[in-house]
Amino acid sequence: MTDAISSFGAVGRPVSIHTDRAAKARLKGRYRTETWFKWLGAAAVALAGLFLVLLLSTIVTQAIPALRQNYLTLPIDLSAAKVDPAKLDAANYDAIAQEALTAKFSDVTSRQDKRLLRGLISTGTGVFLRKDIAADPGMLGGTVDYAVPLDDFADLYLKGLLADVGSDEAISTSVTPSETSGDIDLTFGDDAMLTLARGHGATEGENGMLTLTSGASSLLVAFNGGMVKLTALSPGTNGTAVAKGTVIEALDSTAPAASGQAFLRVIDTPEASRKISDKMIVWLDTLKSAGLIESRFNSIFFFTGASREPELAGVWGAVVGSFLTMIVTLAIAFPIGVSAAIYLEEFAPKNRLTTIIEVNINNLAAVPSIVFGLLGLAVFLNFFGMPRSAPVVGGMVLALMTLPIIIIASRASLRAVPPSIREAALGIGASKVQTVFHHVLPLAMPGIMTGTILGMAHALGETAPLLMIGMVAFIVDIPGGFTDPATILPVQIFMWADFPEAGFQQKTSAAILILLLFLVIMNAIAVILRRRFERRW
Amino acid sequence: MVGYLVVLLLLLAAAAYWIGRTRAIASVNGDVARLHSLPGQHGMFLALFAAGPALLAIVLWSLVTPGIESSIIADRFSSELSGMGVPQVEAFIRDARAMAFGGVVGFADPAKEAAAAAYKSIHTTSTWIIWAVALVLSASGFYWAYSRIAQAYRARHVVERVLRAFLIACSVVAILTTIGIVLSLIFESLRFFQQVPFYKFLFGTHWSPQSAFTGAGTEAGAVNQDIFGMVPLFAGTLLITFIAMLVAAPIGLMAAIYLSDYASKSVRAVAKPVLEILAGIPTVVYGFFAALTVAPYFRGIGESLGLNVASESALAAGVVMGIMIIPFVSSLSDDVINAVPQSLRDGSAGLGATKSETIRKVVLPAALPGIVSAMLLAVSRAIGETMIVVMAAGLAANLTANPLEAVTTVTVQIVTLLVGDQEFDSAKTLAAFALGLVLFCITLTLNIVALRVVQKYREQYD
Repeated sequence: MTDAISSFGAVGRPVSIHTDRAAKARLKGRYRTETWFKWLGAAAVALAGLFLVLLLSTIVTQAIPALRQNYLTLPIDLSAAKVDPAKLDAANYDAIAQEALTAKFSDVTSRQDKRLLRGLISTGTGVFLRKDIAADPGMLGGTVDYAVPLDDFADLYLKGLLADVGSDEAISTSVTPSETSGDIDLTFGDDAMLTLARGHGATEGENGMLTLTSGASSLLVAFNGGMVKLTALSPGTNGTAVAKGTVIEALDSTAPAASGQAFLRVIDTPEASRKISDKMIVWLDTLKSAGLIESRFNSIFFFTGASREPELAGVWGAVVGSFLTMIVTLAIAFPIGVSAAIYLEEFAPKNRLTTIIEVNINNLAAVPSIVFGLLGLAVFLNFFGMPRSAPVVGGMVLALMTLPIIIIASRASLRAVPPSIREAALGIGASKVQTVFHHVLPLAMPGIMTGTILGMAHALGETAPLLMIGMVAFIVDIPGGFTDPATILPVQIFMWADFPEAGFQQKTSAAILILLLFLVIMNAIAVILRRRFERRW
Repeated sequence: MVGYLVVLLLLLAAAAYWIGRTRAIASVNGDVARLHSLPGQHGMFLALFAAGPALLAIVLWSLVTPGIESSIIADRFSSELSGMGVPQVEAFIRDARAMAFGGVVGFADPAKEAAAAAYKSIHTTSTWIIWAVALVLSASGFYWAYSRIAQAYRARHVVERVLRAFLIACSVVAILTTIGIVLSLIFESLRFFQQVPFYKFLFGTHWSPQSAFTGAGTEAGAVNQDIFGMVPLFAGTLLITFIAMLVAAPIGLMAAIYLSDYASKSVRAVAKPVLEILAGIPTVVYGFFAALTVAPYFRGIGESLGLNVASESALAAGVVMGIMIIPFVSSLSDDVINAVPQSLRDGSAGLGATKSETIRKVVLPAALPGIVSAMLLAVSRAIGETMIVVMAAGLAANLTANPLEAVTTVTVQIVTLLVGDQEFDSAKTLAAFALGLVLFCITLTLNIVALRVVQKYREQYD
């Protein structure tokens, strides 16, 4: 050790193969790998966390708008001429509400525009009105201010989800209209408007002509108490600009508006790529600035059944359906699962049958859920002729699916009860059955309950098997019993996610939020049970 | 009607319990210690015999009557139903039942109304029969058991034997479920293979059952056998599963390693619940996330790179499915890694290995069988996963290995074939069961192999 390698390092210690330069480099490399490996592990955990945050934040941000709904307050004429108090069902409430709306916009005359205007309020208005009148006949006989829900597009626009609308900016030049309504010409005092139109996607034509097609942003000019949408611009004489436009709201006069008296509103989203027209936007803004629109807690969403109209669709029917299904699942899976676990853990002899049962249960736990749906379809629906879409069948299918989870959890919990308890009970003369039911089972119960709740939480979020047994049907009524056609929360989410209307996207997220809320509550109960009652021996 | 009967029987059982108890006590003049069994056990004995057989009869009745009633109706109205295809007959009977007991009626005609009336009367008769049978069973059971109660009667043994039989019956439910799954899948698949030879199904490369039709209603007989080739579905499933495992395997495994060997207690206290929450989120939520957020995002990225990404690309579905499987992989691997004894780690550290070297060269090889098994279970889970692919993957069968294109999977096709109106006899519907059978076999095989790998290659350290 001291002889051959007599060269000394800088520090004065002898250099061996463990301390020479190559070894140091190697060590450095090894430590580098170590750090890398550690950070890789941390990154994997962080990535999983990031996915969760991303998922939840996407859903929460999308869900928030759905918690509120915009209502429009209209003076509704419920005099005897419109609604005969003796024949409440005969009245056309939709028409009454629509008249009240069209009365607000007397300059809307064309048939097409009127239809567009009527589309601002929900198609369910008549139903709500009739229900409220039936509940409070005192509304009849005069004109009442009544809040009607807005249609989904109008509602989404007001929530800022359909179009980007800039705030009104004063135009720093004069604007002169040629007419007060119809297609008119506007003359601007300078040509700043041309640059602006170019910046907003106007199409260049001959002679500096700019056309604002539906693929470009919409430029609206508000002045003289009206609103004009620009359709084309061209340079005028003496540095002015001449624009062609369509009047959306009639002007008071053809007097020129002085600099700073006219306002420009830019809707950045081109009309072609949004689902609400310029006219509707203008009307809604007018109604809003008149203070007629208010945003309320969306009680329709929470307390009604499904609908094809996004603004009328609610989750209550699905929540009730889920609840009924879960009751059936619990009523079947809990007693059977616990009994099976007791038998296998406490009574079963070690023989072939019990081995088969055990292997079977473990395999069942890994069978894809959709296969349980096929079983339900073939056996419950087609063989036993049970009703389609019924919570009772859904509950049975989910019970079969949850059964292995409950059995496995219950067995673990029974196994955790120490043998001394059993021996003590047997020692004072209890029978085997008494030992199990009076002593072991009560001690294992918290663990069994925890396992059951987790199994139920799993069942609550399950979708695929229920699609197979027809719970995907479109059901408006709130189910009243176990054999009524029903749908459940996850299936409702699946169906809404498929609907093309933009409004349903928010509704879906909100429904997901409700589902997650239920799951959180169930898991919290399981955790509390575990913390409070679980004993360790 | 029958609901009242059940309630009545339950009340009877409660009364019988009390009567049995009282009688047992009376039989020894209040000296309970002289009884062989406790008074309560006598009570339970009486209650069991008073209500048990009758309740069993009711369960049996409710299982068989719908079938018997329908067949009687089909028989009685055979002249009206002759010449109709199976689906129409089913629809006829369904409508008749709906008219008789309330429900959604397709459309009504006089024959159906007559059938509904007949249905109602048959049902009334059968309800009367079950009432009579149940009450007779209940009374005779009560009488028999009541006369048995005596000081020396071993009521406890009877009660415990019945209870044990009940426990066994409950454990057998799991077997029955498996048998039910296997039989229903096999029978429906056999019916399918009568119409489409199984080699065309297993090895055909063209799948478009929606365009299957050579006729409708009664003429729906001849089936185009060449459109039921499941190879593209299988390839699509494998592609998505592969992408999912590319995401889940490294992340899940690294997370498990980090949490078991590196993480401090506080990191673990945060990271474990995060993974548990990720595992607890319903798959339909992942599906929504995939379809509305991830897929458009990938499409956007693809466009900016000049690639043509389908809006239902396999990539989006696969990545989201991978995210869903991360906690599954990590919790299984965590168990396996924790099961490697500390002495191995200590020994390795004693030889001067760094932590990562210990993990890579000692812990992982020791845990390898368990990790392989965990990965196999994860693959099985990915193959059977339904909602994410239903919402985010395509519908058209597309034989491709390009993850940017839309592919469809076995589970997606099962759902599309079975959701909505279906004729239970058509090859289209039956094909779903054949796909289900394939799915069941694949997942079962994977699970068994996973189990065998662990059993066969596990090192015993203790």
